[in-house]
Amino acid sequence: MSELYAWAAIALITLAATTGDVLLALSMKRVGDVGELWRAHGLWAVIGRVFRTPTFFLGVLAMAVAFYSLLFGLSWGNLSLVVPASASLTFVANAVAARIFLHERVGRRRWLAAVLVAAGVALMAM
Amino acid sequence: MTFRKYLVIAGITVFSTVGDSLLARGMKQLGGISLHNVSGLLLAILNPWVTIGILLLLAYFASYMSALSWADLTYVLPATSLGYVLVALIARIGFHEVVSPARWLGIALIAVGVGVVAGGPSLTTRRDLPAAQPAGPTRYQPNIISQKEANR
Repeated sequence: MSELYAWAAIALITLAATTGDVLLALSMKRVGDVGELWRAHGLWAVIGRVFRTPTFFLGVLAMAVAFYSLLFGLSWGNLSLVVPASASLTFVANAVAARIFLHERVGRRRWLAAVLVAAGVALMAM
Repeated sequence: MTFRKYLVIAGITVFSTVGDSLLARGMKQLGGISLHNVSGLLLAILNPWVTIGILLLLAYFASYMSALSWADLTYVLPATSLGYVLVALIARIGFHEVVSPARWLGIALIAVGVGVVAGGPSLTTRRDLPAAQPAGPTRYQPNIISQKEANR
């Protein structure tokens, strides 16, 4: 039964972390190149523009949900299952979500990398 | 991709890894904190390891946000996993710990995966997202990369 809870937590962590990453990436694309903006208008302009992007706070909220799901997941399941399983699933889920929601061109190169990194992260836990 | 941008990506790896390690070290010094003892969690930031750890994690978040402003999520994300490689190398070289064959294989897969992404373009999206503000005269316009080039 506790294993079922652990996998439910893993699913929740993956979903929340992917949502957070996509929302943060979307927000920063709306803000524009931070380096260029800083040089042209200064650091406060960058911070001001980030804080006026509503999706940024939704992204941070989703990341907070992922973090607390991780804490609860760790109380139900093993550290050696929950952390690598959610981390490697997040890599693959992010590649799918980035293609659908961010219109990133996830070609063969990026798919291969997502699978290699996900497998590598899973192996690191052994 | 300029040298400065590679430095920001390296910052993501280093700040998150060192920040996590310092935070873990500080929390181990403090011992277990339960949900019944929330004040212990607030006092944890007075521990110098925890304080420096939190500052480094803030630096990590700033570099991650900066990288996402000029590169794809699927380009930046593999770089965050280089931290696992860094931790294993520090454990092997710095502390002479034994790294199992499965972990060496994991290190190799992550390194190859990051290399595969780094060899391709860093930005493949079109600028068709609505801007948060009207565009200024100095607004940055990246080049549009074709589908053929992105799939190399």
